[in-house]
Amino acid sequence: MSRYILKRILYVLPILLLVNIITFFLFFAINSPDDIARAHLGDKHVSQAQIADWKSAYGYNYPMLINKNKQGIAQVTQTLFFQKSIMLFTFHFGISDSGRSIAADIKQRMWPSFALALPTLLVGLLLNITFALLLIYYRQSYLEISGLILCIVLMSISPLFYIISGQYVIAKLFQWLPISGYEASFQAWRYLLLPMIIGVVSGIGAGTRWYRTIFIEERYKDYVKTAQAKGLSEVAILFRHILRNGMLPILTGVVVIIPSLFLGSLLLESFFGIPGLGSYTIDAINQQDFAIVRVMVFLGTLLYVIGLLLTDISYSIADPRVRLS
Amino acid sequence: MSYRFRHYLKKNKHFYYGLYLQVINRYIICQGYNCLTYLFSEFNSITDVYPGRRPVACPWGPVSLLKALIASTLILLCILLSACSDKPSNYPHGKHSPKDNTYFTSFSEQPKTLDPAKSYSADEAIFTAQIYEPPLQYSYFKRPYELEPLTLTKMPEIKFYNIKDQQVTLDKVEQVAYTQYTMHIKPGIYYQPHPALEHRELIAKDYVLEIKRLAAPWNHSPIYGLMAKYIKGFKQFHDILTQNKQDQTSALLQNNISGVQVLDKYTYRITINGYYPQFLYWLAMPFFAPIPQEALKTELDWYPVGTGAYMLTKNDPNSEMILQKNPNYHDEYFPRPEGKDTEKFMKYTGKKLPLIDTYVFKLEKESIPRWHKFMQGYYDQSGVSAEQFEQAIVYDQYNQPQVTPELKAKNIQLQTDIEPSIFYLGFNMKDSVVGGNTKKARELRQAISIAVDYEEFISLFMNGRARLAQGPVPPGIMAEGRQALNPYVHNKTLADAKHLLAQAGYPNGINSKTNKPLVLNYAAVTGGGPESRAQFDWLRKQFAKLGIQLNVEATHYSRFQDKIRTGNIQLFFFGWNADYPDPENFLFLLYGPNSKMISGGENVTNYQNPDYDRLFVQLQKTVNLKKRAKIIDEMITIAQKDAPWVWGFHQQVFVLSHGWLSPRKLNSIGNNSLKYIAVEPEQRYDKQLLWNQSKWIYFLIGLSVLFLLILPAVIIHYRKERNAPKRY
Repeated sequence: MSRYILKRILYVLPILLLVNIITFFLFFAINSPDDIARAHLGDKHVSQAQIADWKSAYGYNYPMLINKNKQGIAQVTQTLFFQKSIMLFTFHFGISDSGRSIAADIKQRMWPSFALALPTLLVGLLLNITFALLLIYYRQSYLEISGLILCIVLMSISPLFYIISGQYVIAKLFQWLPISGYEASFQAWRYLLLPMIIGVVSGIGAGTRWYRTIFIEERYKDYVKTAQAKGLSEVAILFRHILRNGMLPILTGVVVIIPSLFLGSLLLESFFGIPGLGSYTIDAINQQDFAIVRVMVFLGTLLYVIGLLLTDISYSIADPRVRLS
Repeated sequence: MSYRFRHYLKKNKHFYYGLYLQVINRYIICQGYNCLTYLFSEFNSITDVYPGRRPVACPWGPVSLLKALIASTLILLCILLSACSDKPSNYPHGKHSPKDNTYFTSFSEQPKTLDPAKSYSADEAIFTAQIYEPPLQYSYFKRPYELEPLTLTKMPEIKFYNIKDQQVTLDKVEQVAYTQYTMHIKPGIYYQPHPALEHRELIAKDYVLEIKRLAAPWNHSPIYGLMAKYIKGFKQFHDILTQNKQDQTSALLQNNISGVQVLDKYTYRITINGYYPQFLYWLAMPFFAPIPQEALKTELDWYPVGTGAYMLTKNDPNSEMILQKNPNYHDEYFPRPEGKDTEKFMKYTGKKLPLIDTYVFKLEKESIPRWHKFMQGYYDQSGVSAEQFEQAIVYDQYNQPQVTPELKAKNIQLQTDIEPSIFYLGFNMKDSVVGGNTKKARELRQAISIAVDYEEFISLFMNGRARLAQGPVPPGIMAEGRQALNPYVHNKTLADAKHLLAQAGYPNGINSKTNKPLVLNYAAVTGGGPESRAQFDWLRKQFAKLGIQLNVEATHYSRFQDKIRTGNIQLFFFGWNADYPDPENFLFLLYGPNSKMISGGENVTNYQNPDYDRLFVQLQKTVNLKKRAKIIDEMITIAQKDAPWVWGFHQQVFVLSHGWLSPRKLNSIGNNSLKYIAVEPEQRYDKQLLWNQSKWIYFLIGLSVLFLLILPAVIIHYRKERNAPKRY
């Protein structure tokens, strides 16, 4: 197992490098260092000399990939790519172009993201699995058909609609909860409850149908017939046998996203004013702050790869037949 | 119970209500905890009794299910009760009380820096202008805008000198080689409480230090380039610091700018090259605010230190910013209103400023939640976005904007003001088709100016919130000169435009020489939204009226900037916000030597007309107001005839305020007006309670609906169970 994990960790390095290269080129294909300087200095009264000064101060004055003015290794190290992207591998995130510590910002913003994403995931998972099992339980009845239609309806509605109508109905019309906001204390639940409900409801349609597909596949396997032949109740078969055996593909989808929970949800955070990491990246793109964009993409990739590794490990725990080698 | 005691209880009912709830909360938390402990002990006892048995479906067994239910209900109750307080259940400001002398508002863009040497955007000015005090400020009531001393005892003493260092008067303004501004600071002004300062008084050295910081290469001040042209020795100081090997603080303190001197503890002098009367306006911006030497080692980007009416006590740009009254703020009193404002503001005259103790700014990215919170009374003031316009504003029979009956019922007031800005459709005057000073090119531009109907644009896309521009200068700041209708566009018909187009060599939009249709390229900055697409379609139609084909090239903003810089552009949409309320700040946008292609200046259309340029130079050296007005008129007439811009519009700002706020004189130039606003918290609190009564009945209705939905499932379940074969 440890050999396998080590091997997987070594795989991460080229993946991260590749993602870094792609991010670097995509970002600089749209924004030249001059544009970044202009975005920070403003449009008024800014001369070319000031732009050059800013680039030099913030390390944007290097050539992109190869510095022909230097000799030896400096040809590679004295470049924008090396200075801005490769240094991330040492986990030195540095400061954003507006002068704030990126590590401190991430540390502060990851918790609100996590506080919203974790309950949304857990409650969503619980409800989706329960509804999927109930659809199996009521298979070939009008309840299943109505459930499936409802799922399709729920799936077809845009997440934005859930957000706006949720805010309108629950916060404005019924006035139960605040429309948006956040407070870093126990009172945070007052602000998180509404986005969590909306997050869960907007995912029920797709989630239930996906888990139903998994459980249907299990439902017609031989061991279920054996259990039925033994005289086990439907509920016991569903919740004890089918659920356990169907956990393997569920794990694939869930464990992989657990590390990424810290990265938050873009739409929900933005509409509900939750100061998480979801809006951090998009704000950075809008402000042309490459320092933040590269860190967030790097972290996103890293957490996703960690998620994949955790999935593999959880496979072996959930299903003893799977052996990692 | 005595009357006094009952009265005391009534007066403090919210406090006791809160206390009572806290006691209940604690009781329930304890009960919930006890139940949970009991629950786990039950669970442990089950596993003890049946070792090896792993409870799967219901780990606590049927016996403790009831207790589990009780425990969860109590926990839920405990959570629900923790939300109970004397505030409505949808109250979004947490621990900030609506009953305090606090103003609640929002911000949508995080400030990038709060350092006065670097900050130049409106999102930042709302904070910096309250914290920092430059020597001058704009009068709160006087319009057209007028400067007045803020930390000075009087307006700066201005002296003019010729090249031989002899003092000259303004009637010989052309001889002026340099100008000296001498400023006398009021003694007894103190900085806000700050760990780095010990009840520190404001002195002249602090103002000089900030001017040095503007020149410091590591600060990248946006006005460095402009000030290097004017302040004596500014550029040399910058060069010395660029080559400096010492640490930054020592370098700043040990070197001096030749044109900026400390004369005594409370007096300093700035010497600028030539005659530049607009320099006074710069002295009203936070760029020229004082910075104490002790604060140099602190992070001024995020922890500002000033003498202003407010100090920043919470700086979390990701969520909340709080400004609190500076306890050391010097004596400043609400000014005496003038003219039609007298009645509205008389009540506040003579009151010590600032009037509000705390400003709470909440980050609100989206307009919908922001609007709902304003309507619920949780934000004291709001703008009007396009999405909410129809809910908020109606036009009366005189075409004047009014609030809708719904807002009127809530006693919400509307104020409007023309912003000192202009948005226009620019022609690149270096372009071979639309540019140039030939008669034909001018006729083509005039024809397009008539065809493009910006009045329609204002009505379609801006809900009427703009005024049609007649020239480069907005009406609000035209202290001198007239604001005449543009004779080349006003009252002209499409037939006139077609006639001009034919004269230009494009009858019906066909090039008479090549017999090919005239195709023009419009560089559009786009975010890809549906509204921008609709605007492009509208623009195409305007050109199609003349038979001209408009090719819209969607461009990212950075690429657009490149095109402007290199002149690789034909038509584009652009705008300008005033730095200061002087027509010069708009007229310079068409001054030839400021051409973007030639000098990287702000003349983005690269317009050059020798007559206009001559008049602009003359304007800069003219003191007499009547003469200035005449020159401005002539310049505007030349520009209207040459039509380097399709004069677009001046935006109008709409501000909605709740009835518990004091009236506010809108000021689009000066940003330090928060100190003049007052609030009546009790009235606000009462309205919030009235407008936010939670409708819990719908919760019960929802639960009942859910129960009805579950019922068929339960029935089928029992039927299934009943019909199931018997198990052995």
